[in-house]
Amino acid sequence: MDGTTLSRGLLRLLTCGSVDDGKSTLIGRLLYDSQMIMEDTLAAITRDSRKHGTVGEDVDLALLVDGLEAERQQGITIDVAYRFFTTPKRSFIVADCPGHEQYTRNMATGASNCELAIILVDARKGLLTQTRRHSYICSLLGIRHVVLAVNKIDLVNFDQQVFDRIVGEYATFAAGLGFHTMVPIPVSGRFGDNVSARSGNTPWYRGETLLEHLESVSVEEELTQIPFRFPVQWVNRPNQDFRGFSGTVASGAVALGEKLVVAASGVTSQVTRILGPAGEQERATAGDAITICLADEVDVARGDVLAPMADRPAVADQFAAHVLWMDEEPLLPGRQYMMRIGNLWTTASVTTLKHRVDVTTLDHQSATRLSLNEIGLCNLSTAQRVPMDPYAQNRLTGAFILVDRFTNRTAGCGMINFALHRATNVHHEHFLVDKAARAAALGQKPMVLWFTGLSGSGKSTVAKLVEQALHRAGRHTYSLDGDNLRHGLNRDLGFTDQDRVENIRRVGEVAKLMVDAGLIVLASFISPFRAERQMVREMLGEGEFLEVFVDTPIEVCMERDVKGLYAKAKRGEIANFTGVTSPYEPPEAADVVLDGSGPSAEALAQQVLELIERRMSST
Amino acid sequence: MQPDQPRSLSPHLRRLEAEGIAILRETAASFRNPVLLYSIGKDSSVVLHLAMKAFAPGRIPFPLLHIATGWDFRAMLEFRDRRAAELNAKLIVHTNPDGLARGIGPITHGSQVHMDVMGTQALRQALDMGGYDAAIGGARRDEEKARAKERVFSHRAPGYVWEPRGQRPELWGLYNTRIAAGESMRVFPISNWTEFDVWDYIAAEQIPVVPLYFAAKRPMLRRSGALIMRDDERMPLEPGEQVEEMWVRFRTMGDWPLTGAHESRAETMEQVLDELRLSRVSERHGRLIDNDQEASMERKKREGYF
Repeated sequence: MDGTTLSRGLLRLLTCGSVDDGKSTLIGRLLYDSQMIMEDTLAAITRDSRKHGTVGEDVDLALLVDGLEAERQQGITIDVAYRFFTTPKRSFIVADCPGHEQYTRNMATGASNCELAIILVDARKGLLTQTRRHSYICSLLGIRHVVLAVNKIDLVNFDQQVFDRIVGEYATFAAGLGFHTMVPIPVSGRFGDNVSARSGNTPWYRGETLLEHLESVSVEEELTQIPFRFPVQWVNRPNQDFRGFSGTVASGAVALGEKLVVAASGVTSQVTRILGPAGEQERATAGDAITICLADEVDVARGDVLAPMADRPAVADQFAAHVLWMDEEPLLPGRQYMMRIGNLWTTASVTTLKHRVDVTTLDHQSATRLSLNEIGLCNLSTAQRVPMDPYAQNRLTGAFILVDRFTNRTAGCGMINFALHRATNVHHEHFLVDKAARAAALGQKPMVLWFTGLSGSGKSTVAKLVEQALHRAGRHTYSLDGDNLRHGLNRDLGFTDQDRVENIRRVGEVAKLMVDAGLIVLASFISPFRAERQMVREMLGEGEFLEVFVDTPIEVCMERDVKGLYAKAKRGEIANFTGVTSPYEPPEAADVVLDGSGPSAEALAQQVLELIERRMSST
Repeated sequence: MQPDQPRSLSPHLRRLEAEGIAILRETAASFRNPVLLYSIGKDSSVVLHLAMKAFAPGRIPFPLLHIATGWDFRAMLEFRDRRAAELNAKLIVHTNPDGLARGIGPITHGSQVHMDVMGTQALRQALDMGGYDAAIGGARRDEEKARAKERVFSHRAPGYVWEPRGQRPELWGLYNTRIAAGESMRVFPISNWTEFDVWDYIAAEQIPVVPLYFAAKRPMLRRSGALIMRDDERMPLEPGEQVEEMWVRFRTMGDWPLTGAHESRAETMEQVLDELRLSRVSERHGRLIDNDQEASMERKKREGYF
């Protein structure tokens, strides 16, 4: 365990394979053989082996790593776990990644931080869908070194032909995955063949043992050779005399006196101080946690990226990327997500889903959404321009995560292929007559009254009454109605989730133009998803979007059934009918909630008019 | 502690140090009201040291919180107060007042009830009172199997509940720090350190730690196979038991009746490192609470124990 004699530094690796390929046993074997298992721990698993173990009287080494109670009982690893071991030559962090199909996201998590992957294959079963899936994910996440561990070689009588056939198949499959090294080794995790000691059972295998290979493989990325990138994490300003920008050097190197540019703004300055963990230093390289002071009072905030003048990252609000989806709720083009790239949080949406990748064949398929564990090539658009590099050039400035805006779950991760420069060529036109001028001419505050609720809840009825009253009062109004728009602008859209998202996006854009024209817009749409209502709210200015929730119980709507739609839906004649076969997410903080089951429509309209009045008179 | 010569960090430790600093800065930048859970042990001492580096030349932008159970080693409390004063840090100490009033203790109520009331419940009370949305701790993934799967930013549902299936994937250090009202985060800056790394770093950086980690002659009692230091009179002697002076040191810190020592002559940092290199027994072996029941750590974690 002597940390000072290590010659090769730290290797981060992950293990992946299918259920029952024997990953946990193999890791247990590595820990056991490198003498990382303490006596009391071994005594405990010997005791546990009798209770949970699957190998009879032997000690079940998988129990060293299968941590959680639930998975011990199920006999599967359900989450990514980190193990540490050290040999005289190197220290290792092993991400133990699950083989279970629905946990692919955990494997991607492990792969994002690793340099090498051990792909396990059960010698009896050969390559499985999961083997291909995991290899592709490793490749996509930038892993360049792979060990193909053909495990349970004891169970095929140490047969060279079996080994050769699997290796041949894998080499063909992996040819396009960009691995720099691919080393096949026949092993038995249970008995230790070729793990740390050469096996007498495989005289035909002349290569290194697994441990020898892990100790010697060179994976040093030339992180210090690529351009300097410094994502600012925290602005350190303890007093008037000190202002520094703290963060970790993502790549390259920086030295005192160098000129840097703030990527997004283009402002430049010179490095005057570099503070490291041990105090002042003259230069810093990739991986160093430092604080940089600049010569000028430039505007720098968390999320900005400092880079050399001559070698800047792209700055764009549109880009192409591979997205791996990790959430139960599918990715829908047009829906907005929170995106984190570097230290910057912004909103992003997929504008085009170009294709989905079949991870077994690597074929491209057309798709309208991405479900859990699916991977697609997408164009994305962000709310602000962000600095970025292609992932293949820089793993840290080319990666991002997407977060669900309501559940805050990490819903997807992405690897940037390239920035799209279209956006920089299409500038917004600025006109002298603007929204404020038009609104003033009409003598009113433009706004959108967004009526949401189930079909038959009374949205349109109330909206009509409100519009009539406004018109009588001399207001300039316009009504947008779901049914009417679906006959024209949105006639190409159906009622699937992704079409509903696009429907609302278009309505939002139209409403925005009308608000720009100074109008009071009454929009009546079922708009079942919170995310899209939020999207429209954010398209508009502060206070311009008023959410009116017509809260009518579904039983009442069914009872009314003005258009006979509920009856049809119940007979199964309409697919994806909100409230029946498709969900409705009620607003959490509507500007007004109307009880659609009780008071008269006139009384409800009065409530809305009062809301408008309050809004008109506010400043 | 004997003064050892300062030495430069290995590339391995430099990488771990940088990662810890980055996580602490992330916490300060992303949360409204973080707190550092200071347990006075060696791991907390490392986290505190990293925090000083992360925000230098400024001060640590969050307070330290110690959950005192009433059964802490006296040497730990002395050390705590001395360090807080030296660092000019804001220190909050909380003890469960109900538990105190009811006289809950490990000897009268057993380790499980004691740790639940004076540990877990006390921590919840203190987090509630402070309104903290992020609590930084010194847990490490190599300590125990249930912790090997812990995230660096570990999401807690309202009531500080840890749900194994609700944990977020962590890719590239792009931590998802977003939480809803009532939710919180536990943050573990030294997740990827091993026990040896901790000592190696403490030695290299000459970080002060509680003297109990170093061997000395102490008044010891043998009970249920463990060596217990009788730190005050509240532990009655059973028939046939007697206190004897022995050379011992502690590998972990905790409540004195629940923390076993081992015989050792490792009086200096280098001697402790030498002892660790040869050790064949795991770190938590001396903790009496972990051996209560199988998978006890995971259960405690779900219930909100740190």
